[in-house]
Amino acid sequence: MLQFTSKGIYCPVADIYIDPWRPVGKAVITHAHSDHARFGMGSYLCSPPTAPVLKLRLGSDIQVQTVPFGTIIDINGVKLSLHPAGHIWGSAQVRLEYKGEVWVVSGDYKLSPDGCSEPFESVKCHSFITECTFGLPIYRFPEAQLVHENINEWWEQNRLNGKNSLLLTYSLGKAQRVIRQLNPDIGPIYTHGAVDNINQLYLSLDGKLPPTTRITPDLSRKDIRGAMIVAPPSVAGSSWMRSLQPLEWGICSGWMQLRGARRRRGSDRGFVLSDHADWDQLNEAVKASGAENIYATHGYKSAFSRWLNEAYGLNAVELETEFTGESLEESNNDTGKDYEGV
Amino acid sequence: MKGFSTLYERFDQTTKTNEKIAAMRDYLIGAPAEDAVWAVAILSGRRPKRAVNTGLLWKWLYELTELPAWLLEESYHVAGDLAETMSLLLPPAADHSEKPLHTIINELQSLHQASEEEKKTYVTGMWNSLSGSSLFLFNKLLTGGFRVGVSEKIIIKALAQVYKLDESTVAHRISGQWNPAATDLAALMSEEYHGTDLSKPYPFYLAYPLEQDFSELGEVSDWIVERKYDGIRGQIIVREGNLFIWSRGEDLLTDKFPEFHELSKLLPSGTVIDGEILPVKEDLILPFHVMQTRIGRKQLTKKALSDAPLQMICYDLLEENGNDIRTLPLQERRMRLSALLDQLHGSAPGMPMQLSPDLACADWDTVAAERDRARETSSEGLMLKRRDSAYGTGRRKGSWWKWKVDPLTIDGVMIYAQKGHGRRANLYTDFTFAVWDQGDLVPFCKAYSGLTDKEMSEVDAWIKKHTLNKFGPVRAVEPELVFEIAFEGIQPSPRHKSGIALRFPRIARWRLDKSAAAANTKEDLLAILQQHEQS
Repeated sequence: MLQFTSKGIYCPVADIYIDPWRPVGKAVITHAHSDHARFGMGSYLCSPPTAPVLKLRLGSDIQVQTVPFGTIIDINGVKLSLHPAGHIWGSAQVRLEYKGEVWVVSGDYKLSPDGCSEPFESVKCHSFITECTFGLPIYRFPEAQLVHENINEWWEQNRLNGKNSLLLTYSLGKAQRVIRQLNPDIGPIYTHGAVDNINQLYLSLDGKLPPTTRITPDLSRKDIRGAMIVAPPSVAGSSWMRSLQPLEWGICSGWMQLRGARRRRGSDRGFVLSDHADWDQLNEAVKASGAENIYATHGYKSAFSRWLNEAYGLNAVELETEFTGESLEESNNDTGKDYEGV
Repeated sequence: MKGFSTLYERFDQTTKTNEKIAAMRDYLIGAPAEDAVWAVAILSGRRPKRAVNTGLLWKWLYELTELPAWLLEESYHVAGDLAETMSLLLPPAADHSEKPLHTIINELQSLHQASEEEKKTYVTGMWNSLSGSSLFLFNKLLTGGFRVGVSEKIIIKALAQVYKLDESTVAHRISGQWNPAATDLAALMSEEYHGTDLSKPYPFYLAYPLEQDFSELGEVSDWIVERKYDGIRGQIIVREGNLFIWSRGEDLLTDKFPEFHELSKLLPSGTVIDGEILPVKEDLILPFHVMQTRIGRKQLTKKALSDAPLQMICYDLLEENGNDIRTLPLQERRMRLSALLDQLHGSAPGMPMQLSPDLACADWDTVAAERDRARETSSEGLMLKRRDSAYGTGRRKGSWWKWKVDPLTIDGVMIYAQKGHGRRANLYTDFTFAVWDQGDLVPFCKAYSGLTDKEMSEVDAWIKKHTLNKFGPVRAVEPELVFEIAFEGIQPSPRHKSGIALRFPRIARWRLDKSAAAANTKEDLLAILQQHEQS
């Protein structure tokens, strides 16, 4: 039912692409991170919370249609529905059914609830297209609650030492999830413009966040002391970052699981917090899908698919895609576009 | 182990040297004496002998995780560190151990004679009672190499603060060999203890590369200009009829150098000479690898000795008749060294000890010309030392500079890539380079250092998209990227396909301006080799 083409994952019967990386007519978008939602599609179809982010990032003139989670629409005999992926708020898996055959394209996902995203829903299917960003057994992440506690303790300690705490996270998704868990009793919370833009969208969709202040050029840096500041990874080493000294800075990412990655980034702290499934969750999701055919799209896909073949006897193969998963280097436009002046 | 884990976590959670020093200081003050001395020993590279070989560790890991061997290996290549890989893969601990650091080290050392079954019971028992950084540190103790982001300088500074000593005194007192099981830091830091260790070397004084203009160095006559040789920097110590030879890495190499053994009878007690040990035959300095082969041998045969006879080019005299003379001006120390060597050759003319010549250049242009001649003289450049300089500790700027000759270079095509270790873990950063040989690419060297972090991640991303083939952890990539490789020397080597081996190859720069076809050829390499041999 699905084909893997140079433009993306394609359903010929419905004539739709899912998260295509070249301009096509009709695109179904799992979520608004830049490796999944790109410019130049004739029309976009996505979940309701994803639509305003798409418009912010790709332009308000794009043509967007939304489908609520769980609602089935029929496109030329293909039954299409979206189901929560738990990756970021609004993120969806795409279920496609045609003549009794069911495929699920999961996009990026995680199983553990994060307080912001609609929790992951396991969908039975014959063929499951999965990411495997962290598809190795060394990636078994600590409980998120523990990490949030560590972040608050770190902030409190820095505040006692008269320093600011700067936390670098993706502006879409992880920033809201992190801010939600900050303890506002410790001190004031500031945001970078890129994060604030997304926060405003999140709040307009009835999301709940503690009060934050956007850092603007005319905001006196002298008044920012002992504060928590949430910003995208691209500010690392910038003059914007230096203007907030004295500070300690930390990175929130699944890659922080490894010492080498922590040391290479040179941050004071690395917090292991990801919006992607870890090893155990990937295994659980594959098993729960009941699928016989597994396609691994991005991450440690050769190891993960070999493992699925050997451990469960599944028919698992690697797919060449242009998805990047969780990136530390921030080479994409996940931050740039949202951010208009500081 | 808890205190030591907390120390490690504090190191791990900061990049600031002062905070690392404070963490070390707090630990030294709070930790039990038996633990503190081991912590200093381990962190300064004096780790106990490995009690369990890694083959066994892999075997037990395989049994406990029930994961296929290939997946364990894949995980190891990504994490880049065996101790860390094991910590991340082991099932969660059911128990909790409060054993102190020194107890664990003693128990590990007693495993040397134990049977495989006893080793397994102990190690897997510990695995089941440690978690987080305690588990990681236990695995580090098992596997060796203890690089956790702290330099010896940090340890020395913390000790200096706690024991109210100056840093060079501390550096001296923790140098050389001492047994952490038989002493504690208070004793080690005390004058009395220090006097009883006959083998104790002085911390080596090291130089930074010269970057500034000569005009900033002042008069050439204020400087002693010496050749910088590529051998083993070492200290020869004679005290009370005993001889000790230390390498700069603070390994005791006395047994490897029988040429010098007579010195125990010939030099006065309380003599310490700093110099470079080199293989020299019929007045010709032989390439470094000749000595390397000899040092690698367990048994020194007559042939090995005659193939690579060693000499010491003497740079400095640090101790004379039992007195530490490091603070005297270099000029004065050299005069005394020269007199000592004359006296030595008077009684034993054949002793292979030479004073490193002062090139006594008339002006800076002559100095520059001498540097350019480095390869002809089998040296790697020059050392510039102020005549009035004291012998310092560690690497310092100011009175000593090294001025190496520009490296040789060649442009090679990247053909294989492998993931790195440590801070390069999970990135393809270890490359194999090839040159053209009649239309084929033949590998000629491996190199991994020299790229910036940004280039590293760009090359890594490129490799993932341009892989031709995977052989275990190694990827064969499309032969497209060209890099300039810098190296210090070149030797014929029948073991390599290219027929040559390079000394200290590293990446000088990424030649984005060159296509693979424009890379150098095997003939180019052989031409450099020939030129090099003629000189």
